[in-house]
Amino acid sequence: MKLALEVSGLDVYYKDFHALWDVSMEVRQGEIISIIGANGAGKSTLFKTISGILVPTRGTIHLFGERIEGLPPHVTVPKGMTLVPEGRRIFPRLTVYENLIMGSYTPRSRSKREDAMGQIYNLFPILKARRNQMGNTLSGGEQQMLAIGRALMSDPKIVLCDEISLGLAPLVIKSIYRRLGQINQYGITIVLVEQDVKRSLKAASRVYVMLEGKMVLTGEPFSLSEEEIKKAYFGI
Amino acid sequence: MEALLQPIINGVLLGGLYAVIALGMSIIFGIVKLVNLAHGDLMILSSYLSLVLVSWLGVSPLVSLFMIVPVMFFVGFFVQGVLLNRVLGKEMEPPLLVAFGLSVILQNILLLVFTPDARSLMSNLAVKTIPLGETLTLPVLSLVNFFGGFIVILAVYLLFRNTYLGRAIRAASDDEMSTRLMGVNTKRIYAHAMGIAMMTAAVAGVLVGMTFTFYPHTGPQFLIISFGVIIIGGLGSMKGCLAGGLILALAQTLGAHFIGTGYQLLFGYGVLLVVLGIRPQGLFGKI
Repeated sequence: MKLALEVSGLDVYYKDFHALWDVSMEVRQGEIISIIGANGAGKSTLFKTISGILVPTRGTIHLFGERIEGLPPHVTVPKGMTLVPEGRRIFPRLTVYENLIMGSYTPRSRSKREDAMGQIYNLFPILKARRNQMGNTLSGGEQQMLAIGRALMSDPKIVLCDEISLGLAPLVIKSIYRRLGQINQYGITIVLVEQDVKRSLKAASRVYVMLEGKMVLTGEPFSLSEEEIKKAYFGI
Repeated sequence: MEALLQPIINGVLLGGLYAVIALGMSIIFGIVKLVNLAHGDLMILSSYLSLVLVSWLGVSPLVSLFMIVPVMFFVGFFVQGVLLNRVLGKEMEPPLLVAFGLSVILQNILLLVFTPDARSLMSNLAVKTIPLGETLTLPVLSLVNFFGGFIVILAVYLLFRNTYLGRAIRAASDDEMSTRLMGVNTKRIYAHAMGIAMMTAAVAGVLVGMTFTFYPHTGPQFLIISFGVIIIGGLGSMKGCLAGGLILALAQTLGAHFIGTGYQLLFGYGVLLVVLGIRPQGLFGKI
């Protein structure tokens, strides 16, 4: 299968702090990948580097065969990659509808705006009901749905989701993960960053485990033993 | 009663002008989080540009707007895109200093080119009035100022509400990082925002030039008025801009009426202090 995303030999620094050490990862088209790891393991740093907010010191990132490391989001989003940021970060003083519109900012997605919005309203009917409300009036779960919907508005081929279950009720998490499965069935590749290990293992076709800025384990969820994962996750 | 009505009418009409003077600065304050200390000078630059067109082509100052508004868009785009964007996002001081430097440079260029003489944009509107009662009159120029200001604010409001550019500008003022993740080049958006701010400053500059005399050093005077309007109305709020303009202008005209023309400015800033004391974020402030 073709590679959607290929990260190889990535080194990233925050000033003097060496945050990522020789990180490599492959994401095939149509997969759901989970990256798990404890707080501070470098998961969000990896996402920030892939989406072009941080620039790596060494290493390459290929998106559908094209080199993209260091390229800003306004170059990579039109190529079909989008990020659902940690903490949702919807626009509080734009309406739900306007938040979605902002997702289709790039010229490529503008023409498909109405179709995409229809699909997202089907996926998350609550967003349609709340379309004229300000973003900051939504509940946490609704905000997460909006953040995902907004990302889908750019007509992406691959979506990076950063901690989408953070601070949400289990029932809400379950429903959001069910939607992710549906999104994946449309042919959209998904990369998840999660602290919720069980949830990740259930959803993903393959898992990467990070520890202290390094990739320490990878494999298919059922082929990895709980013992192995625990060891990689905690480093004991 | 009629004696009191006149300063109220004058105040309201002047308020519309104050609002459009402050609008551009408020936009940039709200979106780029930048205090554009050169706002007044850029506005006066438009007054001088209009003066050039008026004397060369013999057109009315209002007609000259059709050329000056687009020109000022590019001036704003350049100022933000080439000068201010470079120093943005590091600390507070560098953009402030760049804006201050721009202000000094503009004043001196205007001084060099136009000499320190007092100028004004002549227009036959200045002498026309509409009588309302025995002593009450409505100066036509003030009316033009008020509706000019109102139209500009409405136009900016509609632009911000209904276009991709406008939504991106508002989104960037909400959460810059998130806006970048949508595929928006926020630096470019800032340049557009400054362009729009300078279009409003162009209108303000021409209206001011028709209403008052101006010199190369008049800019800071209007910068202070902008600060007053923005502090009363609230940072980055368009409703606040209109309300702040009306309140500041009314305070000035009523102060002049009751206490004396000499205390007009003092009265305006007294109101400003009161608002700062009671509601530091301004009447329509976000925070």
